[in-house]
Amino acid sequence: MRNAMVRLEPRREPSRVMLYATPFVAFVLTLLAGLVLFWALGKDPVRALGLIFITPLTSVRGVAELLVKSTPLILIATGLAFGFRAGVWNIGAEGQFTIGAISGGAVALYFHPGGGPLLLPAMMLAGVLGGVAWAAIPALLRTHFNANEILTSLMLVYVALLLLGLMVQGPLRDPQSYNFPESKLFQNAALLPALIPKTRAHIGFLIAVGVVAVAHVLMTRHILGFMVRVFGDAPRAAAFAGFSEKRMVWLSFAISGGLAGLSGLFEAAGPVGQLVPQLPSGYGFTAIIVAFLGRLQPLGILAAGLLLGLTHIGGETAQITMSLPSATTSVFQGMLLFFLLASDVLVNFRLRFGLRAPVGVGGN
Amino acid sequence: MIDRRMMLGALTGAAALAVGLSGAVAQTPPLKVGFVYVGPIGDHGWSYQHHQGLLAVKKEFGDKVETTFVENVPEGPDAERVIDQLASQGHKLIITTSFGFMNPTVKVAAKYPDVKFEHMTGFKQADNLATANIRFYEGRYIAGILAAKASKTGTIGYIGSFPIPEVVMGINATYLGAKSVNPNIKLKIIWVSTWFDPGKEADAAKALADQGVDIIMQHTDSPAPVKFAEERKIFAVGQASDMKAFGPNSILTSIIDNWNGYYVSRVKAVLDGSWKTGDVWGGFNTGMLAMGGYGPGVAADAKALADAAKDKISKGEFHPFTGPLKKQDGTEFLKAGEKMADKDLAGMNFYVEGIDGALPK
Repeated sequence: MRNAMVRLEPRREPSRVMLYATPFVAFVLTLLAGLVLFWALGKDPVRALGLIFITPLTSVRGVAELLVKSTPLILIATGLAFGFRAGVWNIGAEGQFTIGAISGGAVALYFHPGGGPLLLPAMMLAGVLGGVAWAAIPALLRTHFNANEILTSLMLVYVALLLLGLMVQGPLRDPQSYNFPESKLFQNAALLPALIPKTRAHIGFLIAVGVVAVAHVLMTRHILGFMVRVFGDAPRAAAFAGFSEKRMVWLSFAISGGLAGLSGLFEAAGPVGQLVPQLPSGYGFTAIIVAFLGRLQPLGILAAGLLLGLTHIGGETAQITMSLPSATTSVFQGMLLFFLLASDVLVNFRLRFGLRAPVGVGGN
Repeated sequence: MIDRRMMLGALTGAAALAVGLSGAVAQTPPLKVGFVYVGPIGDHGWSYQHHQGLLAVKKEFGDKVETTFVENVPEGPDAERVIDQLASQGHKLIITTSFGFMNPTVKVAAKYPDVKFEHMTGFKQADNLATANIRFYEGRYIAGILAAKASKTGTIGYIGSFPIPEVVMGINATYLGAKSVNPNIKLKIIWVSTWFDPGKEADAAKALADQGVDIIMQHTDSPAPVKFAEERKIFAVGQASDMKAFGPNSILTSIIDNWNGYYVSRVKAVLDGSWKTGDVWGGFNTGMLAMGGYGPGVAADAKALADAAKDKISKGEFHPFTGPLKKQDGTEFLKAGEKMADKDLAGMNFYVEGIDGALPK
């Protein structure tokens, strides 16, 4: 520390305005860096940014696909934000998503090819319960054995993925699939109704918006939101106030696991229409970025989910139209998170230049 | 919205008709051909080889075609959007090049009856959706012979992607080829659950080598295992494209996929209006499959054996799956002299007798 040329010094009173402004600052910086990036690649930078951020919004299909892509991100991130604010780290949403898809999908396949109007609600319920059950494992390990939930929830992702593989190669496999690992295509009664006719946008998006609204009210107007915040900001104070830590862990995992499970079922009963090993495509992990980009606030998450979905769809459009490399999308999402974290650091800390040792840290 | 589009369509139709009537000066717009790849074109394996096909199409037809490709498309829910987008942007021939694109391709093909689709390695056809595949197992049989001849430990390592019939028949063919020169040969198999992940593939190769394997074979798409074999001074067999550059000393041979001829012929068929759906499964005899040059580790007698077997296979005199053959559990699935039918091969979901370990189910 003594020889550091640049040091970070905590600010006593980080500006609240800046804290909410950072996502926008990060977005603008990403755009600027994108301009430089495309210019360096020898592509027209303005056209590229237009293709990524505007073109998808100019067609019905583009908007529909944006909703398809953002729905799981918003649902999962809203659930995760509860826990993250309370200091409970569920990193395994991808696994809970997968189990939700399996359990909800199994209900559909059990009634195949029939099923009345109650089939879809039953599938959703099964999806939620599947996600909650999978999330209960790390919750139990944390509350009873004090096992780190970051590790256990993450590792259970891989177990869930293998379980999906096992299911579609075994009990849930389509007998007419030439032994290829896939379930039957779901019957019509098991498919989510379309939100926009003739597109893949489904009513899951409306449910996601509803969940965001409920979460917003809970976080701002309900005692639960207060408890969550106290736990995150001052765990000892929470203990003195008589809030049970165990209850908080269980609640966080139940909410995030249930919503992840529901979005897994939406993915199976929506755009995919069957169970396949490739169903989980990383939403559970991307949702972590979405949660932080949205400042762990439900309304922020709604915006962040749409933005990240847009970079994905737009990145594809740019790839098809301008032959931009497919890595563009990942680079964009990476830059967004990088600039956000970097701005956060600068909001919370002050840069100090020079060789002076910090007060109170002397000697060698 | 629909009205305006219909109006536009009618107008363009009328305009086209007028241009067509007005004489031969009219230039037909280029045929737009779209390719969808599961990996990056720089994987130096599977997707790289399909991209060679795109380049061959470009070279053959010049400005009569306009090609587009989308790389790194995951086999999940995103595939359908990519294919749909290509179709909606006026691509009249769309080639999807991974097994997992099957159902998305079927769905989009149903929406765009005037667009032709080609799906590689799948089994679902439609009036506007044809399928094609390569008899990789023929090449794996040859690679098995070379591997067994080169192995000192008598154990071949095999990196599997997913336990689908395509991969299972490759493992069986490898084993049968190897067993034909060394009845005591052993096969160790690791499943990595991915088509392309250089890190995972290299880890699997290392795990195999640590278990005494001195030949690495792979059904994954990156050259990472070949590179690892070069460092470890053991042998490897290249996959999909000639991987000699990644292991000049370690490589025994490569099993090379050649889609160029097929793609060129299908584009030609669309251009001259003779395109029909169908299902092609080509091997050595069609040129869709080839073996790379032998590496320095291949002895003269091994070369002779491999060449002879390859010759017999391509002339149709020998089939790698010829009875009597038994499954791992001892039941016979081919009687003496019987050749395995294509439809049975396409659904192969068991190991042949002699392979240790259980097939993941």
